Formats: sequence, C-alpha cells, structure tokens
Amino acid sequence: MIKYISSTINHLILSIGLIVMVIPIWIIFASSTHSSLFINTNGLQFFLGDNFIDNYSRVLFKQSGFFNEITALKMFLNSFVMATGIATLSVITSLMAAYGLVYFKVKYATFIFWLIFITLLVPLELRIMPSYIVMSKLNLVNTFAGLILPISASAIATFFFRQFYKSIPDELLEAAKLDGTNSWRFFIDFLMPLSKTMIAAVFIFMFVFGYNQYLWPLIMTTSEQYWTVVMGLKTMYGSISDRFAFVIMSMIPPVIIIIFLQKLFIQGIFQNK
Amino acid sequence: MKKVQFKSNYSQYFFLAPQLLILLIFLYWPIIQTFKDAFTMQDAFGFGSQFAGFDNFLFIFSDPSYFTAFKFTIIYSFVITLITGSIGLLLAVQANKVMHGKSAYKTLLIWPYAIAPAVVGVMANYFFSERYGLLHHLFNNLWGFNWYENVFDAYIYVIIAGSWKQISANFIFFLAGLQAIQKTVIEASIIDCKSNIRRFWTITFPLLMPTTFFLIIINITYAFFDTFGIIDTTTIGAPGSETKTLVYKAYIDGFKGLDLGSAGAQSIMMMIIVLVITIFQFRYIEGKIHYN
Repeated sequence: MIKYISSTINHLILSIGLIVMVIPIWIIFASSTHSSLFINTNGLQFFLGDNFIDNYSRVLFKQSGFFNEITALKMFLNSFVMATGIATLSVITSLMAAYGLVYFKVKYATFIFWLIFITLLVPLELRIMPSYIVMSKLNLVNTFAGLILPISASAIATFFFRQFYKSIPDELLEAAKLDGTNSWRFFIDFLMPLSKTMIAAVFIFMFVFGYNQYLWPLIMTTSEQYWTVVMGLKTMYGSISDRFAFVIMSMIPPVIIIIFLQKLFIQGIFQNK
Repeated sequence: MKKVQFKSNYSQYFFLAPQLLILLIFLYWPIIQTFKDAFTMQDAFGFGSQFAGFDNFLFIFSDPSYFTAFKFTIIYSFVITLITGSIGLLLAVQANKVMHGKSAYKTLLIWPYAIAPAVVGVMANYFFSERYGLLHHLFNNLWGFNWYENVFDAYIYVIIAGSWKQISANFIFFLAGLQAIQKTVIEASIIDCKSNIRRFWTITFPLLMPTTFFLIIINITYAFFDTFGIIDTTTIGAPGSETKTLVYKAYIDGFKGLDLGSAGAQSIMMMIIVLVITIFQFRYIEGKIHYN
C-alpha cells in the first residue's frame, strides 16, 4: 500500500514536470494551426485548428525577411550548412589537437596546452565586437566561412577528446608500438574506431550548438541571403500564426537530433568521467 | 599526460597546427584587439585615438549602470542555478525511481534542452505579451503584473524564460549521476537507514556532489553568456536597464553605442570573472573528485 502511494506521488511530480516542460510548446503548436484572425480575437489556443498545412507551407516557401528576399526554407539550409560546418571543423581539428597533446612528447608542451585551453575563458560573446572587425578585415562578412570559423575556434571539444584519450590504457600504445605501428596508423586504426561514440557525441553537441547560435549570425549577416533560422526568428516579418509556425519549425532539427541520439549523447559525455 | 608517447620530430605539429591556426586568427587576434581597445580612448568623432591607461576601467567602475548590470547578472545566475538545479534534481530522483514509463518521461523532459535560448525567448514573449499572454493574464490577476514598468515583474519574466530550458540540462545530468551510483551502495544503505528522505540526504546526495558542482558551473556559464538570446528577445533590458546582463550591456555599449573602449574594458572584466570560475572548474575536474 505504501509502495503504491509513493509511486503515485512519483508519477504525480513527474507529470507536473511534464506539464511545465511540454505544455508551452504544445500551446504554441496548437496556436500555429489556427488563422491569425482567430488568434488575434481569441488568444493562444490549446486545441488544434485546421490551418496547419496552409500556415506551414506559407511560412516555408513565402519570401520574407525585411526586404522579402529569403524563404524560411533557405534559412533552414543556411542553418544546416553553418551547423554542419561548425561540427565537422571542430571535431576534426579538436580530435587532431588532442592527439598531438596527449600522445606526443612536444616541445613547449605546457605552453601549447595553455595556448589552447586558456581560450575556454573567452567565449565568442566576450570578443564579439573585435571579432566582427577582424572578419570584415578578412572580407568574411556575409560568407559561410565567416559564420563558421570563429565559432569553431573553441577548445571545448579538444577538452572532451583529451579527457577521453587520457582514459585509454597505456597498454594500447605499448602493444601497438611493439607491432611497429607509427603515429599515423595508430591514430587512424586504433584511436578513431575507439573514439566513435565520443566523436558522434561531440558532433551532435557542436551541431546543436552551431544551429542554436543567435548573436553571431545577427552580426555577421547584413545580407538576408545568409540569415539563419534562429536569428531570422526575431527579425522576420509575418502574421502571428506565421510566427508561431516558424517557432515550431525552428526547434524541430535540434530536438529530433537530441531525442533520437540521446543515448549516444549522454554516453559520450559520461564516457569522459 | 601518457607515460608512453610517440617521439617524432614533426608529425605532432601537423596534428596541432589546424586548431592552433584557427585559434590564432579567429580568437587571439580579436582578443589582442579587445585589450588594445580597453586601453585606448577614442575621441567622440572617431578621428583619432590615444593610449588611455586604465581610464576605461575607471569609467565603467564609476558608471552606476555597470553596477546595475553586475547586480542583475549575479542575482540572475544565482536564481537560475537554484531553481533549475532543485527542479532538475527533484525530477531526476522521481524518474530514477519509477518502474513504468521511465524512458517516456526521460525523452519528454530532455527535449527542451535542444531548443535555442533565442527561440525560448520568442516563445516566452508570447506568454508574457499583454495581448495573448496566458502568464501575463495570470500574474496580472494576482498582483497587477507589468514588466515594462516594474523591475520585480521584469525579473520574474526573464527568470522564467531563462530557467525553463535549463531545467532539462540539470535533469539529464542528475539522472545520469543517479544511475551511476552503484546498486550495492543503495541496497546497503536501505538496511542501515529506513527513512527514504534521510537516506537521500545522507547517502545519495553526497554521492551526487561531483554532478552538483559540475552543474553549478554549467548553470552559471549559461546565465552569464547563453542568456543573451533570451534577454534580446524578451525584455531587451527593460524597464530601464535593470535586466541587462553584463554580456548584454557590453554588446549594447560596443555595437550600438560604438564605445569600443568601454566595451573592451567590460569584456576584460568578464574574462577575469570567468577566469575565477574556470580555475574552480579545473581544480574540480582535474583532481579533487573521483567519479568511480
């Protein structure tokens, strides 16, 4: 009996949690399926309407932005290119740098270590204005390179990979050395397969991180052609139900990735520890 | 570092080069620029600039709005850490206990973690708008809610908007932390201590300490930096500038106000704050607490 009551309490608390976390999104979704006129007279809605296809297809394909130069579809494409670029570049450079740090006797090792990890102190938000000036000197404003490179300049992934390499037993390298494996083969044939989960987790993490960037694209894109979803959301012009529909669509890619790959993601993060 | 390593003359530099190159161009160059700005005074018309010593720093310290931002950032980080940490822990403990529907709860509670702060802000905007806002109506009926005039109400607005998604992050890490505790420890503690609540605070919670510390750092960093998107899509600092975080103020002063000197000095002050937090973090990750 006591067990039954306590499990009911567990479910009750969890249900309240679910209401708090899920209901806001549901209300925006339900409202996005009504016409703007209906929303304007009746407020936010809890039940579905019948304008779903209308609203969503209009938002996706209609020209919008300040000057009507871009569709939401193009913004999704931009966000996707940006996020994939950031994730790919940081995984590759970090994987290599962590390998160089952990598995080699490097001259000035401590100096290089600090040169890389001190950068964790300076997130992009802290150097936003000078970064913009540097990018304009390099002629990278309104380019994908301009959107991708400064965000990939981060040591967070290197930190994860370094922790992971350090947890791999020394015997692996000893055995490989006995077989006469050189540093390249060891990296590609031994470490890469072992790091698969870790690589996937870091890639997901960086992809979502890149997709969710707001301030940097806001500053780096004066041309609507390079607008991304998350920054376009605030600036985009449209009726209220169009905006609701765009909010819902904007969260779909990262949410799907996290839901389907949550196991991998959590595994990867905790493999470190 | 490893005991066994490769000895090579050049390949290590090949492995290190790409990251170092990107960091030098896209991180060190702007940082050097930031320091230059912080110690330079631009004249009002942008014609020239001269070395200013610590004038920019003295200026921000004598600026009351800097302290307003400082105060708000501290309150904001503290409240967000407290709210999201305790709700995340509460939910994780329940989710760890239930027999049925565990993975359904997990999936649905993890989900908001992936949503961008700016998107959360835009959503919060609707719930707090005078026209459609459910929460606006609710609070208005309770005590006459008006966030663009009343500082306390504006705090509530940005705290709710800022906490919501971060509850998920706390939930994920606490749940993983709970699942990492060995079953035998829990079973042994059941024999010694019958009370569920006492057992939690004397056995389980101390074992969760590494996770808790980690999350405190994560939450503070989130409140400092990631909430930019939330502030910029909700109050924009309203009523006056009481809900501007330090990052938001530096951005407004530098990008909108074009005061590079002040923005640079503010950035350096924030670097010092982050330095203190990071030293704490490194000491904790690199040694103090063992995970197994």
